Amino acid sequence: MKNMKYLLLRRLTQFIILSLYFGANAYGWHMLEGTFGSSRLFGFIPLADPYTTVQVLASGFVLGADVLFGALIITIFYMVVGGRAFCSWVCPINMVTDLANWLRRKLNLDREEVNYRFIKRRARYWIMVLGIIVSAVVGVAAFEVLSPITIMQRGIIFGFGAGISVIIAIFLFDLFGVKNGWCGHLCPLGATYSLIGKASLIRVDHNHENCTNCMKCKVVCPENHVLYMVNKESIMVTDGECTNCGRCIDVCDDDALNFSIRNFAKK
Amino acid sequence: MANSNNNRRKFMATTLQSVGLTALGGLLWSGYSDEVKASPLVLRPPGALPEDDFLKACIKCGLCAEACVNRDSNKNKDGSKRKGTLQIAKGGDHKLIGTPFFIPTDVPCYMCDDIPCVPVCPSEALDISSLLNKEEELDINKARMGLAVVHKESCIAFWGIQCDACYRACPLQGEAITIEHQKNERTGKHAFLLPIVHSDVCTGCGLCEKACVTEKPAIFVLPIEHSTGRAGDHYVKGWDKKDQQRVKNAKEIHTKDERSEKEATDYLNMGVDY
Repeated sequence: MKNMKYLLLRRLTQFIILSLYFGANAYGWHMLEGTFGSSRLFGFIPLADPYTTVQVLASGFVLGADVLFGALIITIFYMVVGGRAFCSWVCPINMVTDLANWLRRKLNLDREEVNYRFIKRRARYWIMVLGIIVSAVVGVAAFEVLSPITIMQRGIIFGFGAGISVIIAIFLFDLFGVKNGWCGHLCPLGATYSLIGKASLIRVDHNHENCTNCMKCKVVCPENHVLYMVNKESIMVTDGECTNCGRCIDVCDDDALNFSIRNFAKK
Repeated sequence: MANSNNNRRKFMATTLQSVGLTALGGLLWSGYSDEVKASPLVLRPPGALPEDDFLKACIKCGLCAEACVNRDSNKNKDGSKRKGTLQIAKGGDHKLIGTPFFIPTDVPCYMCDDIPCVPVCPSEALDISSLLNKEEELDINKARMGLAVVHKESCIAFWGIQCDACYRACPLQGEAITIEHQKNERTGKHAFLLPIVHSDVCTGCGLCEKACVTEKPAIFVLPIEHSTGRAGDHYVKGWDKKDQQRVKNAKEIHTKDERSEKEATDYLNMGVDY
């Protein structure tokens, strides 16, 4: 239990958020209604997905003020506070890919010789831009027609239908295909939050003095290139691709990693 | 020098590869998106923009469906909740996923006075202004979700059997559906009571389709685009003063053939011996 603090906290957060969404439809709760595309918090605060919003604007439709304002709120929140926290603390696909990743390690599929690396991590930024271009060309928000994130969320709220196959496909891809394939290589929403949250305040801090170079953190990290400083320098993880999941902090037995607040003044 | 050349070549190659793969992805993605948005026979909530704009505008939040199913009136007599009218398209529905729609034979639109599904729409894909009457109040009768069509070959009223289920189910009874009386020549002593839909009033709620007694409904709602024709601008109603205004400034057209010198009556009386 000791090394699962943030994992459990994340699962609890994800569970509560999805329950509130579910209850909004099933029981008429007014805590958190809608889906990630656009939501209402406490019945009146609009929230909206910034990437979806950009796609709709690109498709040639000027959205209502609620969505624009909602997208602004979400953007500011992750820009200032959370970084890519959406990915690890909110997104339901995270549970699927985390499970795939855990199984990968258990089934020895992580070994170098069976790990396909045919996709580069930067592919997600190309996909992000491409999604906006395709939206403009076809006249429909392009990522939203296949996004496993909202397919899964709507599945939980309204029922999956055949949409479950997309979730299974993501699971199989991450388990047998590319390690962290979806969240770490392809997902354009994750890419968007990487860019938005580049300068966010909550960061993982590394203390080189305590580090014993056991590398547990790098094994468990879904974006392990962001931990390049481990056992080298006592600096913060400032890469926007860090999802602030806190798994590295959980697995560290030497108190060499901790959440901290970025101090711009110190620089 | 050789090294920098190598680096440059590698950079060029990877850039070319990235651009090429992006183009490939773009083509596949565009093709897929274009296919999945082609679902023309779908009924949207009240106030929905024309389908093409609606598909752009709908942010797939589901708030309309949630408002629909959770409205106070949506309860059975024992207080338990009924299924809502609006559904959210999921995989396998063969409609653009995440967008709201309804199937009248499943649950039709009950045309709530307060229209709970529309004001909650954050993206304005459901256009509240299209549902406001002259007093700026919400008026569900202005909704045009579709238009009911009667297939007279399968409608038993057209066979001469007395049935007015659709007429009675219609929330705009006597306006959107009227009953036309016609003599039944087959029996000589009965009347046909025929349901006639009036497209200027019908909201497309689908209550008639739900009420229809035939095995497969003989009256059904289609999106207006699919249940209406268009005569074209070149037809002018000469007996309609307002329509006649359209040709007020029309220029004279010279035809290739000579105009006939004869009067219309000459043509009508042609070959008649007095």
